[in-house]
Amino acid sequence: MSQVSTFAATDTYTPRWRRGAITRMLEDQRWFGLLLLTPTLVLLGVFTAYPFVKGIELAVTNTRVGVPGHFVGLQNFVALWHDDIFRMAVWNTCLYTVVATTVKLVLGLWLALLLNRNFRGKAMMRAAILLPFIIPTVLSTFAWKWMFDPTFSVLNYVLLHLHLITIADRINWLGVPWLAMTSVIIVNVWRGVPFFAISLLAGLQTINPELQEAAAIDGAQAWQRFRHITWPLLLPVTMVIMLFSVIQTFADFQIVFVLTGGGPANTTQLFATYAYQIGIGTGLLSQGAAISLAIFPILLLVVIVQLVYIRKVENA
Amino acid sequence: MIIEGARWRRSVFFHVPLTAFVIFLLFPFYWMLVTSIRPDRELYKPWSSPLYQPFWTLHPTFEHIHDLLTQTLFSTWMLNTMIISIAATAISLFCGLLAGYALSRLKFPFAGSIGTGIFVTYLVPQTLLFIPLSNIIRNFHIGDTPWALILTYPTFLVPFCTWLLMGYFKSIPKELEECARIDGATRWKAMLYIVFPVALPGILSAGIFAFTLSWNEFIYALVFLSSPAEKTVSVGVTSDLVRGDVFYWGQLMAGALLGSIPVAIVYSFFVEHYVSGITGSVKG
Repeated sequence: MSQVSTFAATDTYTPRWRRGAITRMLEDQRWFGLLLLTPTLVLLGVFTAYPFVKGIELAVTNTRVGVPGHFVGLQNFVALWHDDIFRMAVWNTCLYTVVATTVKLVLGLWLALLLNRNFRGKAMMRAAILLPFIIPTVLSTFAWKWMFDPTFSVLNYVLLHLHLITIADRINWLGVPWLAMTSVIIVNVWRGVPFFAISLLAGLQTINPELQEAAAIDGAQAWQRFRHITWPLLLPVTMVIMLFSVIQTFADFQIVFVLTGGGPANTTQLFATYAYQIGIGTGLLSQGAAISLAIFPILLLVVIVQLVYIRKVENA
Repeated sequence: MIIEGARWRRSVFFHVPLTAFVIFLLFPFYWMLVTSIRPDRELYKPWSSPLYQPFWTLHPTFEHIHDLLTQTLFSTWMLNTMIISIAATAISLFCGLLAGYALSRLKFPFAGSIGTGIFVTYLVPQTLLFIPLSNIIRNFHIGDTPWALILTYPTFLVPFCTWLLMGYFKSIPKELEECARIDGATRWKAMLYIVFPVALPGILSAGIFAFTLSWNEFIYALVFLSSPAEKTVSVGVTSDLVRGDVFYWGQLMAGALLGSIPVAIVYSFFVEHYVSGITGSVKG
C-alpha cells in the first residue's frame, strides 16, 4: 500500500520503454494543452475573429460586390444615422426583442410549472412540446405563413367559428403593420417557449419540495409560495436563459425573412433583415457590414448588464 | 403537488392550460401534414366559404409529395444537408472534445482567458458576421461549395460543444485518469481510452445538438450558396419552391414536412440526451 502511494507521488517516474521527444513534450501540461486547443483556435481565428476584423474594415470603406473600395472613414455610419429605415429597424428590433422575450418568459414559466407535476404521459408530453424548437425554423415558419394567408387562413376560419370575427372582417395577418409585427412575434414566441419551458423545468426540479411543503404548512398560499420560494431560487437559471434568448431574438432573421421580408413598408424590418437586404440584396457590402456591426455595441451592452446582474444574483 | 384542490379546480388550472399549450405548439405541424396530402381543389378554398372544411380531407393524395421528389431538386437538397450536417458535426465534436478536455483538465498559461474567449464566441450570433464572411468565403474560393458551410458551421458549434463537454469532463473523477497514468499510459492515451469513453453520454448530447443546429442553420446557407444543386433543404424550399410570387402550398408543406423528418427521427431516438444538452447549455 505505501509502495503504491509513493509511486504515484513522484512525477519523475521512468517508464520501462524509452519515449520519443514528442511524447515526452506532450507529457508537459502546457504543450499538451496548447496542442489540444490548436484546432479550435485556428478555426475560430479564421472564421470568427478574422471576419470580425474584416467586418470593421468593410464598414469603413465603400466596397461593393466585385468593386474593391477605398477608405471613407465613418461615412457609412453617418449615412445610417440619417437613414429612416435604419432607425425604424432599430426600433422594431428593440420592440420585437422586449415583447417576444417577455412573453416567452411568462408562457415558458407557466408551462414549466404545469409540467412540474406528476401525470401520465409526462415524458411523451415533454418530448412533443420541444418540437417547435428543434424543427428547422424556416420550414415551420412556412407553415405559419400558410396559416396567416389572407384568403385561406385557417386562423380566420377558427376565429369565425368561435364567433370572434365575422365574414366581413378580413384579417390580413401579414399585411397590416401592427398586425404583421404581432404575427412575427407570435411565431417567435411559438418557437422559443419550449426552450424556456424545458430549461426552467430543469431549474424547478432542483428545488427541494420540502421547502414548498414547509411553507404550505405555515399557511402560505400558492401565489406566496411561488413569489417567495420558487421565483428567487429560479432566478439564476432564468437570467442565463434570458441572456441566450435576448441575443438570439435580437439577431433574429429567419422568421421575418420568410413571413414578411421586412414589410409592409419596413414595419417589421429588423437589423439582420435590413443588413441582408442592403449587403447581399443590393450588393452594398460596406453598408451591410456597417448595419451588422451596429448590432454589436447594443448586444455588448445587453450582455454586460445581464452578466453583471447574474453575478449579483449568484453572489447574493 | 402538495394539496390538490377540487376536481374542477384541477381542470381549470391544469388540464385546460396544458391542452391549450399543446394545441398552440403542435397545431402547425398537423397543418403541415394535412396540407401536404390535400388535393389542390380543396386547398384553395377561401376560409369564408361555407364549404371550407380545413381540419381533414376526404381525398388524401400523394401528388404533392410525388411532384416534390420528381420535379424538384428536393432529394439533392436533402443529401447536401445531410452531408454538410454530418461533416460539420464531426469537425465540431473533434475540436470540442480536445478543447473541452484541455480547458477542464489541464493547467497551462492563459487557460482562463482562452475559455472566456470561446464562451464569448458562443454568444456571437451568425447575423453579425455573415457579410464579411461571405467576402472571405469568396476570397478562399469555396463559395457555392459544401465546404463554405462545413467550415463555417463549426464556428457556432465548437463553442457550444466545448462548453457542454467541459461540464462532463469536470464531473469525471481525476483518480480514474491518474490510475491509468500510474500504469504507464501517456496523457494522450489516458484521455483517449479512459476519459473519452466515460464522457460518451456528453459526446452524444453534443453531437445530436450540433447535428440539429446544422440542419436548422439558414442565413449562412442562404448567403454562401447560389446554384440550385448545392443548396440545403431550408434554402432550397425557400428560394426554389416559390416561383415568382406563386406559392405552391401543397408542395411547400410537403417539403417542410419531409425536410423536418431527419431531425425529428434523430430527436425522437435521443430525447433524453437532447434535453440534457439544452439544460447543460444553460447551466454554464
